[in-house]
Amino acid sequence: MKITMAHGSGGKETSGLISEIFAHYFDNPVLARMEDSGIVDGAERIALTTDSFVVTPLFFPGGDIGRLSICGTVNDLLMSGAVPRYLTCGFILEEGADTEVLKRVAQSMAQTANEAGVSIVAGDTKVIEGNGGIYINTAGVGFVRSGIEIGAGNCRGGDAVLVSGELGDHHAAILSARMQIENTIRSDCAPLNDMVEALIKNGIEIHAMRDITRGGLATIAGEFARASGCCIELEEKRLPVNEQVKAFCGILGLDPLYMGNEGKMAVVVAEKDEQRALQCLKESRYGENAAAVGHVTHRENGMVLMKTAIGGTRVVPELMGEGLPRIC
Amino acid sequence: MTDRKDFLKAYSGEPLRFMEVCGTHTAEISRNGITELLPPEISLISGPGCPVCVTVTDYIDRLVWLARQPETTVVSFGDLLRVPGSRESLADARADGGSVKMAYSPLDILKMAKSEPKRTYVFAAVGFETTAPVYAVLLENAIAQGIENIRLLTSLKTMPPVIDWVCGNGSRIDGFLAPGHVSVITGSHVFQKLAEKHGLPFVIAGFDGEQLLAAVYTLVKCRGRAGAVNLYRSAVTEEGNKRAQAAVEHFFEPCGAAWRGIGIIPSSGLRLREAYARFDAGSMGLDSDREHNPLCRCAQILTGAQTPVSCPLFGTECTPQHPQGACMVSAEGSCYQYAVHHRKR
Repeated sequence: MKITMAHGSGGKETSGLISEIFAHYFDNPVLARMEDSGIVDGAERIALTTDSFVVTPLFFPGGDIGRLSICGTVNDLLMSGAVPRYLTCGFILEEGADTEVLKRVAQSMAQTANEAGVSIVAGDTKVIEGNGGIYINTAGVGFVRSGIEIGAGNCRGGDAVLVSGELGDHHAAILSARMQIENTIRSDCAPLNDMVEALIKNGIEIHAMRDITRGGLATIAGEFARASGCCIELEEKRLPVNEQVKAFCGILGLDPLYMGNEGKMAVVVAEKDEQRALQCLKESRYGENAAAVGHVTHRENGMVLMKTAIGGTRVVPELMGEGLPRIC
Repeated sequence: MTDRKDFLKAYSGEPLRFMEVCGTHTAEISRNGITELLPPEISLISGPGCPVCVTVTDYIDRLVWLARQPETTVVSFGDLLRVPGSRESLADARADGGSVKMAYSPLDILKMAKSEPKRTYVFAAVGFETTAPVYAVLLENAIAQGIENIRLLTSLKTMPPVIDWVCGNGSRIDGFLAPGHVSVITGSHVFQKLAEKHGLPFVIAGFDGEQLLAAVYTLVKCRGRAGAVNLYRSAVTEEGNKRAQAAVEHFFEPCGAAWRGIGIIPSSGLRLREAYARFDAGSMGLDSDREHNPLCRCAQILTGAQTPVSCPLFGTECTPQHPQGACMVSAEGSCYQYAVHHRKR
């Protein structure tokens, strides 16, 4: 069945769409009440975030827009040290969208929400003119653990910088799909509950934590360096990058350091905890390729430096414009 | 590699100036922090190796004009969009209602042209020996598929004549890091000829840090001697890619070309042959060049007469966010590379 403007009218078609797809897949007691708001339990401090997803293609190796829409918001909550609990989702559907496709998306959302331990407790659907596109907004609430203070401005000299796995996978998978380049690169799209849980449970002193998305590790390191008034020194040799992604980037003149993931994080921990933190990451789900990639220093405050593979040093600039393939 | 690093670090002889003439080399030298490993006596200078940087304002102006013609769309690589013309860039023209599209490959234009046969699609065909074969493939495809609403506005240039020009015009260069991608197509023999003519060493190298370091090491070792050394044997042969050469030869012929900051160098460009002139969007005679800002030193920087940091606009009025000249626009431009990596030399 195709989505028509009637599905956005608020009438019979709308309620049919909601009950057959969204309520069906996202089923939980709060949503089942179908009230104007979902009423949920609270906590002393809550983390609140929102994100919109407009990716094409809707399905790609390693994930789809549905999984992405859950992971993006869940990971943002996790990075603040919160336990993700509730999500809302808004669908903007273009006329002509296929309900079978929508079902697959909703199913994927439900599975991912289940994996991430969150319930989808409220939602909205709008239909607009167009050509079958599907866009999703999710907002999320998480309960902040007591005694946790994580912030980009908390990095200190000596701290260790770790990443939870290989850089650029999601970005390379999406670009490959769009450019119809055949390879086996898969998006790393995943909720990071397990590894964050492991770090906290083991008492690792986390100073800063961000999921690596658009702009890549270079962008996050820059944000940490500026917010903390310190210098992040990365080591090129230690950066984990999948061989295929490396080759793909080489051909297109892209740099994995600036490419987005959807299931990786960068974490800055106290110097004393470097090895333990690395072990926690490596032993947790989606963290097997974690690596310690650098340190916080005061060499050039506010800047990111890279020790290059051949022993030179360079400044890692902020991302400017869109990463474009070279022409020569 | 450590030996080479130690050798270079310890070099204290006469000052040496080596020029790279490939935008990717310029970018990779910065990215690998190569200059950090060299003593002050050894300078690496970026020559006219970035196709976007050497494009004259007349050419940009013509693209801007084309973008405003009815039923006409200009299609371009991304980094050309922001290059200032005498008044506007393509990006300005687009914001002002001109029809401009960005493409990743010239071949993208085939699909566009097919889907709208009444609209003329003009590709901004800039590039060196490396990109020219892709335009040849584009035309082969257009002809085979009977697509007639494609045009090229060509600003195609060839490397050997401009290197020859730099050598002959008092730039005092002690050796060249020959352009890597270009060598794949042309073969190493063209650089052997130049080396012999000017009594200088030419080293052909790939793009990773070790290759670049090896190239500088070889240039220092071979200083004062004429000859081309090929360190990039995995990709570069003596004769080059004959098939690509033949495809280019079929559609294009040599012509004089205008280079930003240099002027017209005879036989340094490629234009469509008479038989394919129907695909040309008016590329001839686009030779004048006007600096967008009179203080801009792009011209001197491209020929090695000045470095980016000696330009009065560098880092103040001219930044990657607000470029005044082409060398700051392109990600492979020397000013851009100096700026983003905070290079001092």
